[in-house]
Amino acid sequence: MTALELGKDLLGLESLTAQQIVLILDTAEPFKEVSERAIKKVPTLRGKTIVNLFFEVSTRTRISFEFAEKRLSADTVNVSSQGSAVQKGENLVDTARNLEAMRIDMVVIRHPSSGAAKFLADRIDSNVINAGDGKHEHPTQALLDLLTIRDKRGRIEGLRVCICGDILHSRVARSNIWGLLKLGAEVAVCGPRSLMPLGIEQLGVRVISRIEEAIEWADVLNILRLQLERMTGGFIPSLREYNRVFGVTVKRLEQARHDLLILHPGPINRGVEIDSAVADGSHSVILDQVTNGIAVRMAVLYLLSGGRRETAEAAMGLNV
Amino acid sequence: MSERSTIFTGGRVIDPSQELDTASDLLVVDGKVAEIGKNLTAPDEAEVIDVSGLIVAPGLIDVHVHFREPGMEEAETVATGARAAVAGGFTGVCVMPNTDPVTDNQAAVGFIVKQGGDANAARVYPIAAITLQQLGERLSEFGELVAAGAVAVSDDGRPVVSSHMMRTALEYAQTFGIPIVDHCEDPSLAAGGVMHEGLVSSRLGLKGIPSAAEEIMVARDALLAELTEGRVHICHVSTEGSVEIIRQAKSRGARITAEATPHHFTLTDMACEQYDTNTKMNPPLREDHDVAAVIEGLKDGTLDVIATDHAPHHYEAKERDFDDAPFGVVGLETALGVGISELVDTKQLSLYDLIHCMSTKPARIFDLPGGGLSGGSPADLVVFDPTRLWIVDEAKFLSKSRNTPFSGRELSGAVVRTVVAGMTVFEAD
Repeated sequence: MTALELGKDLLGLESLTAQQIVLILDTAEPFKEVSERAIKKVPTLRGKTIVNLFFEVSTRTRISFEFAEKRLSADTVNVSSQGSAVQKGENLVDTARNLEAMRIDMVVIRHPSSGAAKFLADRIDSNVINAGDGKHEHPTQALLDLLTIRDKRGRIEGLRVCICGDILHSRVARSNIWGLLKLGAEVAVCGPRSLMPLGIEQLGVRVISRIEEAIEWADVLNILRLQLERMTGGFIPSLREYNRVFGVTVKRLEQARHDLLILHPGPINRGVEIDSAVADGSHSVILDQVTNGIAVRMAVLYLLSGGRRETAEAAMGLNV
Repeated sequence: MSERSTIFTGGRVIDPSQELDTASDLLVVDGKVAEIGKNLTAPDEAEVIDVSGLIVAPGLIDVHVHFREPGMEEAETVATGARAAVAGGFTGVCVMPNTDPVTDNQAAVGFIVKQGGDANAARVYPIAAITLQQLGERLSEFGELVAAGAVAVSDDGRPVVSSHMMRTALEYAQTFGIPIVDHCEDPSLAAGGVMHEGLVSSRLGLKGIPSAAEEIMVARDALLAELTEGRVHICHVSTEGSVEIIRQAKSRGARITAEATPHHFTLTDMACEQYDTNTKMNPPLREDHDVAAVIEGLKDGTLDVIATDHAPHHYEAKERDFDDAPFGVVGLETALGVGISELVDTKQLSLYDLIHCMSTKPARIFDLPGGGLSGGSPADLVVFDPTRLWIVDEAKFLSKSRNTPFSGRELSGAVVRTVVAGMTVFEAD
């Protein structure tokens, strides 16, 4: 594998180089235009079969992948399986074997267990794209976050990005930390200590304990969804208190830089981690993230199927 | 009646029970050690086994194995486990009670004793449950269990949560002179964890088990051992903190002993990087400083014995994502090689000390036959080549299961022959 290829799979950003990440972001640029056309379709992946294998509930990510695949003319099948905890491991082995037997080209997998995408990738010849594995990584989400920041700021290097909320359980946080650090950003995390993974500072990120301080410090805030179903474990006393102490509110944003960017991977808990007025306000680039998600996923599908950056424009029918 | 004799000639005999490490012959008559000495004359009909260049030692004794019978025979049976044991140089093993059904009554203990006898390999000693069904609610009948053959009690894998229950067990066991064998884990702190909590678990997105989950229970039970003057044996010590707590408790005179496993003195949580489920065990692999502390504990005697926590699992059970795979690794057939490679070759322990930790001390703590080669003791012994190199190939294991974290590793120290009661029960190709 040379530096300007991705290899067989996209499992996470930890294992990618800065050049590979930039390659994906650069390749996404020409794909943005396809979604702006009246006829949103190019023949790039015609004849390829892709399975979207979702072992966990997802609306946004699954739809985004599906649009990306369809706009590239791939044939897609969606499989949703939310087996019991006992069954899901067995299902994964059997599913891998069956998929292999059906001679498919790519698998997009979302699974509640960390390492599940790698587990599948180690056992089948098809390309595997991790659409979120447990608390481990969600690389395409981080890539679309990076693309959105780069669009708005023209660069990643040197920017101060603070990821806020439940870092402990967040695959979005982990992928973002790797991607941002590799591209030269300064990274901080902010949230209650009970939602911070042990040893997080050793990854090279700053830990900020007060949201007010994070808002003053940052060029970009990436506000994570507080996963309500996880909070039953007693990590925080109540949602009300969380909003009081850590919520990104209009009032608190008075201390922010005027050009602060606010990202959120969605879905939003309005009034918990972020006020409605902030989510819909001038700092917010939340909907740009959604738009960019499709372009980034098209780029990943294109590159993994053997496409090259240099021919991406031509593949889109663009003048070069 | 004619006597059956065997003489082992030309070897180096190491027997910590007699503080012996000498080039000697060893004569076995009728299943018992008859004599150790230079240039022994054997009876005319004696079988002569040349062990020049090899070590002759009391058979290894593993006080912590899981043989899965009854209930999970697809992973191991008493017979296959006992054969794996002798392949690893072990002549005696203590099997944990967390089978299905649990070994918590006389009949269940008797079943293990019978299966062990029929196996005709290593001697198999049952450890019975501390509480009925290992539920931590009612004591099992220690008196009847011991009468049926149990050598200790343990709720291994299911820690005794109630401090009062543990106190009572430590008191009640004293009538029978058996140790309480203690899997130390605070279940609420460890809940849902699948590996050591630290930087690696944070990166992999796997839920961690903090070191404190073990240390809290080690500290509690060290205190209870002092309170009751009962005997507690701490299983599979994995953290620096636990070693220190045990060291302090010993210095205060508590009746506490402890074991270390080969994987905990060799591997760290870095081994989990590739989500290999054969690196998932409980307690989990810890960090460099923990490995160093466990080795230091073995050196200064804080940790008395090496035990494998041999925990076989069927291939399919481990062929899963990390969260869903069961805890445990096999260890009987690699323990001696790992011990020699990681402790002796690295000059942390002498061969003599290693045998002390793997045979003499476990026999003494659990009051088992063997562990020494003095005249009249059972001729349970292992002959091994301490320098022979071999590569771990799990396909060649005699165990039914293959779940080793040492696959492909080169080890020095290979078992040549294992003898139980004077009979050769294993001989290497």
